[in-house]
Amino acid sequence: MEELTAALHSLLPEDLVITDPVRLRTYECDGLTYHRATPGVVVLPETAEQVARVVRLCNDFGVPFVARGSGTGLSGGALPREDGVLIVTAKMRRILDIDLDNRRAVVEPGVTNLAITEAVRDQGYYYAPDPSSQQVCSIGGNVAENSGGAHCLKYGFTVNHVEACEIVTPDGDLVTLDRMDPGYDLLGAFIGSEGTLGIATKITVRLSRAPEAVTTVLAAFESLEQGGEAVSAIIGAGIVPAAIEMMDALSIEAAEAAVACGYPAGAGAVLVVELDGPAAEVERQFTRLEEICSAAFELRVAAGPAERAAIWKGRKSAFAAVGRISPAYIVQDGVVPRTSLPAVLAAIDRLSAEHGIRVANVFHAGDGNLHPLVLFDDAEPGAGERAEVVSGAILDLCIEHGGSITGEHGVGVDKSRYMPKMFGVDDLDTMQLVRCAFDPRGLSNPGKVFPTPRLCGEVPGVRKGVHPLVESGKAEQF
Amino acid sequence: MDPKLINDCVHCGFCLPTCPTYVLWGEEMDSPRGRIHLMSQHVEGTPMTPEMAGHFDACLGCMACVTACPSGVQYDRLIEQTRVEVEREHERPPQERAVRGIVFNLFPYPRRLRLLRPTLGLTGRMAPFLARVNPSLGAMAGLAPRVERRQRLPRVVRARGERRAVVGMLLGCVQREFFPQVNAATARVLAMEGCDVVIPPGQGCCGALSVHSGLEAQAKRLARRTVRTFEKAGVDTVVVNAAGCGSSMKEYATLLGYDPGFRVMDLSEFLAELGPVATRHPLPRTVAYHDACHLAHAQGVRSQPRQLLSGIPELELREIPESAICCGSAGTYNLLQPEAARDLGDRKAKAVESTGAQLLVSANPGCTMQIAAAMRRAGADIRVAHTAEVLDASLRGAAL
Repeated sequence: MEELTAALHSLLPEDLVITDPVRLRTYECDGLTYHRATPGVVVLPETAEQVARVVRLCNDFGVPFVARGSGTGLSGGALPREDGVLIVTAKMRRILDIDLDNRRAVVEPGVTNLAITEAVRDQGYYYAPDPSSQQVCSIGGNVAENSGGAHCLKYGFTVNHVEACEIVTPDGDLVTLDRMDPGYDLLGAFIGSEGTLGIATKITVRLSRAPEAVTTVLAAFESLEQGGEAVSAIIGAGIVPAAIEMMDALSIEAAEAAVACGYPAGAGAVLVVELDGPAAEVERQFTRLEEICSAAFELRVAAGPAERAAIWKGRKSAFAAVGRISPAYIVQDGVVPRTSLPAVLAAIDRLSAEHGIRVANVFHAGDGNLHPLVLFDDAEPGAGERAEVVSGAILDLCIEHGGSITGEHGVGVDKSRYMPKMFGVDDLDTMQLVRCAFDPRGLSNPGKVFPTPRLCGEVPGVRKGVHPLVESGKAEQF
Repeated sequence: MDPKLINDCVHCGFCLPTCPTYVLWGEEMDSPRGRIHLMSQHVEGTPMTPEMAGHFDACLGCMACVTACPSGVQYDRLIEQTRVEVEREHERPPQERAVRGIVFNLFPYPRRLRLLRPTLGLTGRMAPFLARVNPSLGAMAGLAPRVERRQRLPRVVRARGERRAVVGMLLGCVQREFFPQVNAATARVLAMEGCDVVIPPGQGCCGALSVHSGLEAQAKRLARRTVRTFEKAGVDTVVVNAAGCGSSMKEYATLLGYDPGFRVMDLSEFLAELGPVATRHPLPRTVAYHDACHLAHAQGVRSQPRQLLSGIPELELREIPESAICCGSAGTYNLLQPEAARDLGDRKAKAVESTGAQLLVSANPGCTMQIAAAMRRAGADIRVAHTAEVLDASLRGAAL
């Protein structure tokens, strides 16, 4: 490590390399504090070329590296390696080009998600994916995690809004992956690879035209079931809102305590439904929505941008706001088919009662993406373990109902152990083949996504024996 | 440093983009989240290293993170406790000690500041030379404003027309000596709106600079004296026209451990609550309003000054982009951390310039000097006035 540090110092200006132990420790975790590791060394490159040089150096020394943007991830994807280099892109935050005629912007990875929208808002455009942490999370991190957000129901995830990426491959080459490239969709493979296939250094995003009309509705229901039924009815009626978000009583309480969002008192659940598009269409959909939400005891329509922002503020601050009603909590992320929502929510309720652990539910109801917040008091002995059990059992529920262990937060280090529950050995091996094609030495964010270092990721060097897929004739290795 | 307060932080990072030093440098340990992490390291037994102290010193104390935090972390209290700890445990190099000695033995003492008044024109010209001696001295000289003639205010200014309230008025230190016209305007506006304004003659520094820099003993001494002065004056409301002073006076109960027996209100807060009676004359100007951190973030006063300014006929109010980011003044910050303050000042100057406004309104003397200096550097001189001066001009039907 010392030799590597010396080499880094000769490669980068002094203030871009952090070695002081006190400073290093501030990088020990991202938004998920449950897993911590002090990085061996931190670098803060300012250019793509510097990133490439650092990665090449890591290759020379056979040292693993991990990329980090704003450090807001919730699956520990940017958890550092004690024996490795943490490459922080926070200083790479220039918007390089805005091309409204082609509806594109080229940005560096450290630019925040919201900064893109802010740069083009006055011209009537925006960047569609909107994670709740959009004012702070970096676009590089969004690409790594294929981040979603409330409006992904209608507009899709990061992968649907990125046109090209300049990346530093795990062996230190600067290459560009473009959606228009013929052949394999390598850009598609790269987006959502959680830092295991390289580091994005320049991202070309698609800009969307701001819709002509937006109507944001807050519907308050007495119970979670009524809310869930309304969601199914909305989708069943053929309406595709920009977003349908649901919050239960506990999460409403937290949001209220944090940002005084003024949601209707006594609600068992609120739905935030946003309709957007041409004015006539929005109007027609709104009329249908009103009929469908007849069970709601209050239906509030935002009168302007300020009221819309107030409705969203409650929803978007919900995760962190839970800190107000519980000393500690786990943010879970799972997906179930929309039709299973009522059954899964009821099962979560039972789990909660069984273990004496409170669970607050906030979720992207439109696409069945659950975000149960498992609350516990870390001062109480055994509470953390029980919360872990509940949190894990929720993921089991998701798998049982044909869903997924993550909707948008990624697998990271936190959920790698659930991968074998969702995938068979062959599936995981196939994924490893993809990974090895990019990162044969297993230096790029090792220990993430996959349960244990497997196959070529095991040790630096050549894997012994024949790959099971090759053996069974399903794949060929070149 | 209270571990309970530290544990409120859930590490979500929502504070990062609002933190001026993170905006400048993009480094975790110079963000609120990183600094709280450093505090927890210290609580767990890591000694106060010079690096650690450096990151605490680099915090402006602008409290933008407090506004942004969804978890309700009381960073304001945390950083105040931390600064006391830094002063106790961290040995500063001699030159830094000397500069701090000058600052904390000068600015909280209006009489000593008064001695500087005749030299201000000269120090401004000497700034480049002083900067070579010490960057802090250079910064201090570069900030020197053009001062107007001193105006002695009477002990009581009687209400015009029907008396609607009796209020005490804090004169401040820098405000009194460098911006006497602001205090005169404040007293006139209050009187024209129907207030008897009580101005106790013996008042000194409120203690804001000291409390924001971890000098607990000095802060308490000055605070106690201020409390006694206004208690003796017998007012139940004290109106303050300097954001930094107002925010620290509102925290007297925490600092002193007892209730001071009067409520503290910012001038704009008070006037908005009182409601207008005096006639507003037109003031055809484009005005950019600057949110002082200690007003917007620390006191939550944002709408009132805008409301007062918008109430003036023919005045057009413009918003400054990135208004939540500090201008770099931050009490003594621009004297003790001149480089970072300069970068932030330049950033703010650019943002102010982009509004194309003719007049900048700032409700804190520190911000006024900082932004005016940054605009001068950029060659874009702009008139800077206090909310009170604009209101005063409108009420009197005078030009600004």
